[in-house]
Amino acid sequence: MNGPFEFTLRLGDDALIAAQRLAEWTTRAPEMEEDIALANIALDQLGAARLLLTYAGELEGAGRDEDALAYLRDDREFRNCLLVELPNDDFAVTMAKLLLLSAYQLPLYTALAECADERLAAIGSKTRKESAYHLDHAALWVKRLGDGTEESHRRMQAAVEQVWPYAAELFAPDPGAPVDPAALRAEFDATVTAVLAEATLTRPESGWAPAGGRDGVHTEHLSYLLAEMQVLHRAHPGAKW
Amino acid sequence: MYGNDFGAPEEASGGGLLGEVEAAEAALREAAARQRRRVPASDDDLAGFFAEIVEADQKIEPRDWMPEAYRKTLIRQIAQHAHSEIIGMQPEGNWISRAPSLKRKAILLAKVQDEAGHGLYLYAAAETLGISRDELVDLLLNGRQKYSSIFNYPTLTWADVGAIGWLVDGAAIVNQVPLCRCSYGPYARAMIRICKEESFHQRQGYEILHTLAHGTPAQKAMAQDALDRWWYPSLAMFGPPDGESTHSTQSMAWKIKRFSNDELRQRFVDMCVQQAEILGLTIPDPDLRWNDERQAYDFTQPDYDELMRVIKGDGPCNRQRMAHRRQAHADGAWVREAAAAYAAKRAVEKKEKVAA
Repeated sequence: MNGPFEFTLRLGDDALIAAQRLAEWTTRAPEMEEDIALANIALDQLGAARLLLTYAGELEGAGRDEDALAYLRDDREFRNCLLVELPNDDFAVTMAKLLLLSAYQLPLYTALAECADERLAAIGSKTRKESAYHLDHAALWVKRLGDGTEESHRRMQAAVEQVWPYAAELFAPDPGAPVDPAALRAEFDATVTAVLAEATLTRPESGWAPAGGRDGVHTEHLSYLLAEMQVLHRAHPGAKW
Repeated sequence: MYGNDFGAPEEASGGGLLGEVEAAEAALREAAARQRRRVPASDDDLAGFFAEIVEADQKIEPRDWMPEAYRKTLIRQIAQHAHSEIIGMQPEGNWISRAPSLKRKAILLAKVQDEAGHGLYLYAAAETLGISRDELVDLLLNGRQKYSSIFNYPTLTWADVGAIGWLVDGAAIVNQVPLCRCSYGPYARAMIRICKEESFHQRQGYEILHTLAHGTPAQKAMAQDALDRWWYPSLAMFGPPDGESTHSTQSMAWKIKRFSNDELRQRFVDMCVQQAEILGLTIPDPDLRWNDERQAYDFTQPDYDELMRVIKGDGPCNRQRMAHRRQAHADGAWVREAAAAYAAKRAVEKKEKVAA
């Protein structure tokens, strides 16, 4: 049984870790316009994370605010999916990750906007508009790279194959949750299949399906990400910033 | 929106300068409304026409005739400014991943993003003078054009993010506010927009330091240490003393530049003293004192030899900043090529459709 706290925490952690990874692109993007776009998407994810973590803290009722949840938990306590913690790798891998994430977040937030919990519904109706833009952006790049040059096609196909297995975890059934992720799979498949086809890319076969993020069993990458993110906050216990 | 997060006094955080930006914007509108001679009377009248526009505080626009040296000076200056915005993203970007609260992370990420936007905006202004962004980027990457030396100093602690906002953005605003009245229209208009955002950034930086200076002893020490390291490099941002400045006289005559380096440096010092007092931090200058006669503060000059060394490439981070920029550019090449190839394919398809 996963209560609304656990559910909200998962969504918040997905958004937070995605933001942290996307922000790593700042000053490194292939074009200046893309630097701005990636920062924009990172800011959207961070904004969603702050709303969700704040609400999760209230649901928990233990006095933890967004910063306590972001900075003072260890990796075993994080509930994000593995997909978002994977390293950025090259631009194709980043866009493959963003395509899968946004194709999942868009129907998720859309359903959330209709759910019975008013706070979650308000968050969903704000974030679904942002997700639509993220999906648009990722889809456009996947098409450009898939149907661009020989090199970009090779890299984009490899990227899709690299991250595809991590999609399965996103849709693990959770019937008691405000939105059951299993119900989102059909829309996700339709979206991604269409983008890959237009991008002249081959959709990988489903097989290996790594998971564990929702239970706090992560890849080796997450604790490094957290070590960096949390170092300053933890070095000054109780300080205000 | 972030402006409501804190209540620093207007005067103490550069509010007076923002007033000047608004006045420059009003003057720009007035100048545009005044009838000006649209075209020179004849080809022999080109220089006279140009001089008349500058004299009347009207704006030179991209299609107007202008002296070649004026064009070159502007390209050099606007490009250097654009490069500074792009390279300047690095020292602050260095702390995005470690920002100590989610709110600070969001503010910093948005700020660094603004700088990318300023860079793009300025490259576009430079392009109106007949040079492409690609050419300008190449000039930066091969070291033939410079960026502001201040970004060759490292950000070692979180307080440095605050010090950059307060001092570096503060100095940039003092430098740039007069540029809002620059004789070249596209540059003047770009500067108005940029100054407004920079003023916002400066307040955010000031507020970071204010919080640290009123925090734990370790936080206060971090803030003082940042001020100690950034004070003199910030003073050096105004360039060499007037006697040694190579580009100044002509630029003043053309109304590209309106105040001398030393005048602007003095204005900056006078502005910072009161702000440092409110912060409760000590400016690292034992000779800093009010001079009643001059109605200004006496202060110790920055080390101009150090400035020259950093300009020549031997600052703490010159190599690192350039290597980072070159790496990002090189790593992105295949992506840019793919985007171009994709666009070309779509253009062919469109043509075929039209033909059919």
